[in-house]
Amino acid sequence: MNRIAVAGGLICLAIAARAAAQSTDQTSMPGMSMPMPVAKAPATPAPETTPAKEPTPAPAGGNSMADMPGMKGMDMSGAGQGQAPTGGDMASAAGASEPEIPAGPPPPAPKDHAADRYYAPAAMAAARATLRQEHGGAALSQVMANLAEYQARPGGGGYRWDGEAWFGGDINKFVLTSEGEGSVRQGLNSAELQALYARAVTPYFDLHAGVRQDFAPLGRTYATVGFQGLAPYWLDIQGALFLSTRGELLGRLEGTYDLRLTQRLILQPRAELNLAAQDTPQTQTGSGLSTAELGLRLRYEVRREFAPYIGISYDQKVGRTADFARARGEDPAAASLVVGIRAWF
Amino acid sequence: MKDFDRRQLLQGASLLGGGLALSSMLPGWAQSATAGLAPAMPTLTGTNIDLTISHARVAVDGRASHTLTINGTSPGPLLRLKEGQSVRLSVKNDLSEETSIHWHGVLVPFQMDGVPGVTFPGIKPGETFVYEFPVIQSGTYWYHSHSGLQEAEGHFGPIVIDPKDADPVAHDREHVVVLSDFSFMHPHMVFKRLKQQPGLFNYQKETLPGLLAGKDQTLKERVEWAGMRMDPTDISDVTGAVLKFLINGHGPRDNWTGLFKPGERVRLRFINSAAQMVFDVRIPGLKLLIVAADGQNVRPVEVDEFQIGNAETYDVIVQPTEDRAFTLVAEAVDRSGMARGTLAPRAGMTAPVPPLRERPLATMKDMGMDMGAMTMGGGSPSSGGMAGTAGMAGMPGAVPGTAPPKPRGFDAMGGMKMSMRDPRNAPGVKMGPGVQTIAPMPINRTAEPGQGLQSVGHRVLVYRDLIALAPNPDTRTPSRSLDIRLTGNMERFMWGFDGEKFSETTKPYAFRNGERVRVTLINDTMMAHPIHLHGHFFDLVHGPAGFRPRKHTVIVLPGGTVAWDFTAVPGDWAFHCHMLYHMHAGMFQVFSVRLLEGRGAA
Repeated sequence: MNRIAVAGGLICLAIAARAAAQSTDQTSMPGMSMPMPVAKAPATPAPETTPAKEPTPAPAGGNSMADMPGMKGMDMSGAGQGQAPTGGDMASAAGASEPEIPAGPPPPAPKDHAADRYYAPAAMAAARATLRQEHGGAALSQVMANLAEYQARPGGGGYRWDGEAWFGGDINKFVLTSEGEGSVRQGLNSAELQALYARAVTPYFDLHAGVRQDFAPLGRTYATVGFQGLAPYWLDIQGALFLSTRGELLGRLEGTYDLRLTQRLILQPRAELNLAAQDTPQTQTGSGLSTAELGLRLRYEVRREFAPYIGISYDQKVGRTADFARARGEDPAAASLVVGIRAWF
Repeated sequence: MKDFDRRQLLQGASLLGGGLALSSMLPGWAQSATAGLAPAMPTLTGTNIDLTISHARVAVDGRASHTLTINGTSPGPLLRLKEGQSVRLSVKNDLSEETSIHWHGVLVPFQMDGVPGVTFPGIKPGETFVYEFPVIQSGTYWYHSHSGLQEAEGHFGPIVIDPKDADPVAHDREHVVVLSDFSFMHPHMVFKRLKQQPGLFNYQKETLPGLLAGKDQTLKERVEWAGMRMDPTDISDVTGAVLKFLINGHGPRDNWTGLFKPGERVRLRFINSAAQMVFDVRIPGLKLLIVAADGQNVRPVEVDEFQIGNAETYDVIVQPTEDRAFTLVAEAVDRSGMARGTLAPRAGMTAPVPPLRERPLATMKDMGMDMGAMTMGGGSPSSGGMAGTAGMAGMPGAVPGTAPPKPRGFDAMGGMKMSMRDPRNAPGVKMGPGVQTIAPMPINRTAEPGQGLQSVGHRVLVYRDLIALAPNPDTRTPSRSLDIRLTGNMERFMWGFDGEKFSETTKPYAFRNGERVRVTLINDTMMAHPIHLHGHFFDLVHGPAGFRPRKHTVIVLPGGTVAWDFTAVPGDWAFHCHMLYHMHAGMFQVFSVRLLEGRGAA
C-alpha cells in the first residue's frame, strides 16, 4: 500500500523535474509550436538598380526619389510598424532598390594576432587571457540566508533556517546548502548540509549533483541529484532525490513565488514537500509524502540584500510520518507565527 | 524610497540651492557658468599631449565619492585637435592597476586603438605608453579606458577635432556636454549584484496594487508575460537607485550651467559617456537642430528631443533668443532619474525642471513579435535588401514621437502562437543557457523612436532622419552579407553575440582587407544595445545612396535589426555593446581583417 504512495510521490517528483526541464527547452507561449520560417529568403523582389556606381548628387534640400519604385514589393514586411520619417525627407527610400547581397562565405578566421607584430607576443598573450576573463569569464559568489527565523507556536518556540552559498561562473558552480529546524526546548530536530556541483543546462534551470550529510535527527549520508530554476509564471522551484548509504530513498520539492505589493514589500508563498520511499523508524519517517510545509511570509526589502520578514508557517506531517508523531504524543500538525531575516551578500 | 526622494528633489525648490562639486576636480571646459569653449580654456592642444591617469576623492551633488582622474580631473581634459595634424599622446599610469585609453570614433592604426588584449598589451602601473597617429577627420568624439570597468569609475573625457577647412556648421559659441552615470557603488560590486539578482536595481516593477489601480499591463498581459518569464519593466539594468546622472561632472543639484547671449547660435556637443544609461535629451523651449551624429556632419534635422545611446555623440545647434534660462534635461531612458543642467545668459539663473515622465514598458514588438507585421504576412529579419523597408508602410506623415499612446492591453498575444526560442529562426546561434530568446520576427526599427519616446507628443529624432552631409567615401555594393545576432539571458545576466560570450568564443569575425560587407545586427534580446565597432565608420543602410549616415555606434532596439555597410580596414578591432556591464558579461568580439599591411605584413 505504501509502495503505491511512494511510487506516486516519486513519480510526481520526476514529472515535476521533467516539466521544469521541458519548460526551458522550448521557451514558448502555452501551446506554441509554430516555428517561424527561416527568413533568409527572397523577401525582396526589388528591381536591380544598383545605387552604388551612380554618383547621386543628392541635392541639398530634397532627396532623391529615384529609389521609390522599388518600395512597392516591400510594403508587407514592414507593415504596421514604425512611423514614416517626416520633414519631407524620403530618407528611407533608398535601400529598397538594393540588390540581394549573398551571405558569405567569410574568409577563414586568421590564426595570428595583428598586435603581435607591434608588441611582445608574450605580453599580448597575457593581455588576451585577461581580456577573455574580463568579457564573460568572471567567477563570482553569493551567500544567502533565505530563511532564518524564529517560530512561535503553542507548546514552545522553534527555529528554522534555509540557506545557500555558491561560487563559480555562469555555467559551472559549486554550491553549499543547509537547512534545518529545531525547538527551543528539545534542540535540533533536523539539520543537513549539501555540497553540490551545479551546471546551467537551460536558460532558466540548473541541474545539480553531490552529497548530503544529515546531522540530526541521525547522522546519514546521501548521494543527491536535483534541479533548481525559474519556472514559467516566475515560480522559483527546486527538487532533489536523495539516496542514503543505507539504501533509503528520499525526495524533496520546493517552490516559492514573489508577489510584489510595493517595490520593497513582498509577499512570498512557499511550499516544501518531503517524500520517502520507505519507512525509516530511526528518523520517524514514513513512506510516501512525509511532511508538507506551507508558508506565507511578508518581507520588507530595506535593501534588496536585506529584508526582515514576518509570516506564518504551517507544517503537517502526513501518513506514516504522522503516525510516528502521534505515537510520540506529538501533534502531527503545527502552525507557527514566524519572524526572521532574509539576507544575502 | 530612493526614487521617490529623487523625484521630489528634482521637483523641489531645494534643488536650486544645490551643493557644489569640487570644482578643482573638473577641467576648465566642464566648469559651470563658463562662457563656452574659448581658446583660453585649459584644454589640451598641439602635437604633444601628456595625460596622467590617477584617482581622487570627489563630491557629486555634495556627496563624497571616489573617481579615476585624467590629469587630476573627471571627466578628463578636452583634447582639441585639428584635422591634418599628427598627435603624440603620452599616457602615464599612476594607478596600481593596468589602464588604457581608447580614442572612441577616432580613426587610428589598429595598434594605437588602445584595447588591451586586442590592439596592445595595456599600460602597466607606473608605465607610460605613447600613442601616435595622424588626425584624419573632424568632429566630436571622446576617449575612455578600455580596461576592466574603469570607464564606469570616471576614466573618460571629450575630444573635439576642428576641420582643416571651414566648418560647415556655423555657430557663435559652443559647449561640450558630457553625459555620464556616476555610481556610488563600485562598478565591480554593481556587476556582482547584477549576476546575483539581475533585476535588483529596478524599483519600478509592476505591483499588485498597480494592477488593481489599472496601471501598467492588464491582468491578461501580465499572465502571458509571466508565462514567458519576461518583465516589461526591465528597461535598464542599472538605475537611478545607485546612479547619479551627470552633465560635465555636475549632478542635478550642482546644475552645470552654460552661458549664451540671446540670439547666438550655440553649438552643443553631446557625448554619452555613461557606462550603462541611455539618455533622452531635450531643452524645453528650444528646438534642437541636429547637425552631426558620431562626429559626422548630417543634413540639419530639427527635433524637440533625441535619444543618445552609450558612446554616441550628437552635435546640436540651439538658438535661444529670449533673455532667460533653459533647462537642459537628459532623462534616463527608464525614468529612474535625470541629468540636469542649465543654459542661461548669466550665471545663477535657473529654469523650471520638468518632472520625470512615466517609465516605458517593453512591448511584444520588443520581443521581435510585431503584431501588425505578423498579420500582414511577416517579414524578413535578414540582410539582403531588407533594410530599407521599415517606415515606408507606416502612417505617412506621422511625426516620430507623436504616436497616440498605445491602448492598455495591447501587448497580449491575442491567441497568436509563436515560439520565443526556436533555433530554426537563427541557425547561426549557438543555443545554450545564455540564449533566453530568439526574436521570431525581428524588424528594422530605425524609423522608430527609442524606447519611451513613441508618444511624448513632440518631434523625436530617429535614425532614418540622418543623412550624411558629405558624400560617402565608398559607395560599392557589398560583396557579401553577415548577420550578427545580439543574444542574452536577462535572468542570468549573460550577454553575447550569436549565443556566445566572448570568453567562450573560439574565433573572431573574419574579413578581407578592403572588402565591403553588409552587417545586419539582429537583437534577440528584450533590451536595447548600443553596438560599437572600433576603427571604422559604418554606413547605415538608408538614406539616399552615396549619402548614408556614417556612425561608429548604433542602438539596436529590442526585437529590431539595423543594417550597415562597412569597408574593412586591416587589423584586429574590438566590436561590442557599449553598455559596459553587457560588455563585461561577454557581449564583445573581435573583427579580424586580413591581409595586414605595413610591418611584417603577411
